[in-house]
Amino acid sequence: MNAWLHILAALVLAPLIPGIINRVKARMSGRVGKPLLQTYFDLAKLTRKGLVESHTASFMLGVGPAVSLAAVCGALCLLPSPASPAPASFGGDFMLAAYCLGLSRLALILAALDTGSSFEGMGASREAAFSALAEPVLFLALLALAVDAPSLSLSGMLGQGLSGALAPERLFVPLLLFILLLTENCRIPVDDPNTHLELTMIHEVMVLDHSGPDMAMISYGAALKLWFFAAAVTLSLLPVQAMPPLAAWAAFLAGVALVAVAVGLIESSMARLRLLRVPRLLGSAGALAALSLVLTVWR
Amino acid sequence: MAAIQSLLVALVVVNLAYLAVTRLKTLTRITALQGVLLAATPLAIAGPHGHGLILSLAVLAIKGIGFPWLVARTLSRLEVNPVVEPYFGFNMSLLAGVGGLLFSLWLESRLPFPPGLFPPLLFPAALTSIFSGLTLVVARRKALTQVIGYLAAENGIFLLGVPLAAQGSVWLELSVLLDVFVAVFVMGIALHHINKTFESIDVGRFCSLRD
Repeated sequence: MNAWLHILAALVLAPLIPGIINRVKARMSGRVGKPLLQTYFDLAKLTRKGLVESHTASFMLGVGPAVSLAAVCGALCLLPSPASPAPASFGGDFMLAAYCLGLSRLALILAALDTGSSFEGMGASREAAFSALAEPVLFLALLALAVDAPSLSLSGMLGQGLSGALAPERLFVPLLLFILLLTENCRIPVDDPNTHLELTMIHEVMVLDHSGPDMAMISYGAALKLWFFAAAVTLSLLPVQAMPPLAAWAAFLAGVALVAVAVGLIESSMARLRLLRVPRLLGSAGALAALSLVLTVWR
Repeated sequence: MAAIQSLLVALVVVNLAYLAVTRLKTLTRITALQGVLLAATPLAIAGPHGHGLILSLAVLAIKGIGFPWLVARTLSRLEVNPVVEPYFGFNMSLLAGVGGLLFSLWLESRLPFPPGLFPPLLFPAALTSIFSGLTLVVARRKALTQVIGYLAAENGIFLLGVPLAAQGSVWLELSVLLDVFVAVFVMGIALHHINKTFESIDVGRFCSLRD
């Protein structure tokens, strides 16, 4: 029961995260901002709307968002809850989680290519390029976590907390996961979720041709993915496994909210990187991940 | 013990940062940061008394404040393009840096050190610092980055000497510090001359020199 509680919390609370980010951004620029629950309202509105499909598109345009959402939900099932292991947990499940996220991305990329629009093809190619660079960073960070973990599953690797001051390189893992959160969820400094110039867009340009319930699935999937990474950052920092369940839940939810606030603060204080600079950011993250792994293994 | 480990990890990260940075100004700040971290190492190893304290203060004054100030002053007077121009790319340099770290970890396991001489990670951190300094010298186009590379390499050599300073070689360390200070001073003057002759500090232009 406890294990499924996390999935339920993610499904219900995930749309709150974009709300928190937008609220922080608005407050930082001196505006009141949208309501915290705006994403819920958007989702409700989108599901009520009809579907407009391009004549040139095939079935992939419709399948993409559904597969993408399902794959993210699959990845969430592998993430441990703060007070118990994940509903589905086995040795090496972090590979499955990483590739569930990959599948989700692939489905959206194929749907974007399917429309035949040159802008969407461009966005898809950028998304594919950046995620290919982000993947080694994710695996190196997870391997660094796996070295000292009792088991090779996400449930064993996350929730241990940082192992004290003797291993300062462990501090890099939450930082790397946070950089991955920004990259994978198309936030500043990698991509600007609010931009409306097709030439500079990455993720948002891929979904231009989607409408109605399809768009709702994409927005909901994006919120769930944001939750996945925010939860991973929080669980890699906090020793929730050693806490009593209620305290663990409280610390976890506060941590996820704080991660959202941090994303908002970064988006308000940083400019977006030039497209050519993004590989350098991910390259540096990769070097940091390699450093963390090498030092962890070496100790 | 925990403090020295955190310091050494920070030093390794700084070494990698040398190779990833694209702005000369940031590079100068990183030199200052490395100087400050180096100044803290004698304190972390030997405690805040006696020779360790003198060495630490001297390093803070020369490597943490003096050198970065000299480099920053040269940078502002030369009015050069503020971007670091690499011969080979930033990501490749970073890979080389990580390779250097792996090599030094391997070398540490092979060399027969007297037990207890170096705290864990000190030797790899020092060697990586030398490697990234040499990479900066070889793989960057501007003469100023080569001065900074020389400083980074010297910092690595200094770090190797820190555990020995407790055994009385602190005066030797101080005299080397003075030598390096003079070297950087001379390099600053040489940079001005290079800039005057070639109207740039791009070392590639030296190829046009003839007898």
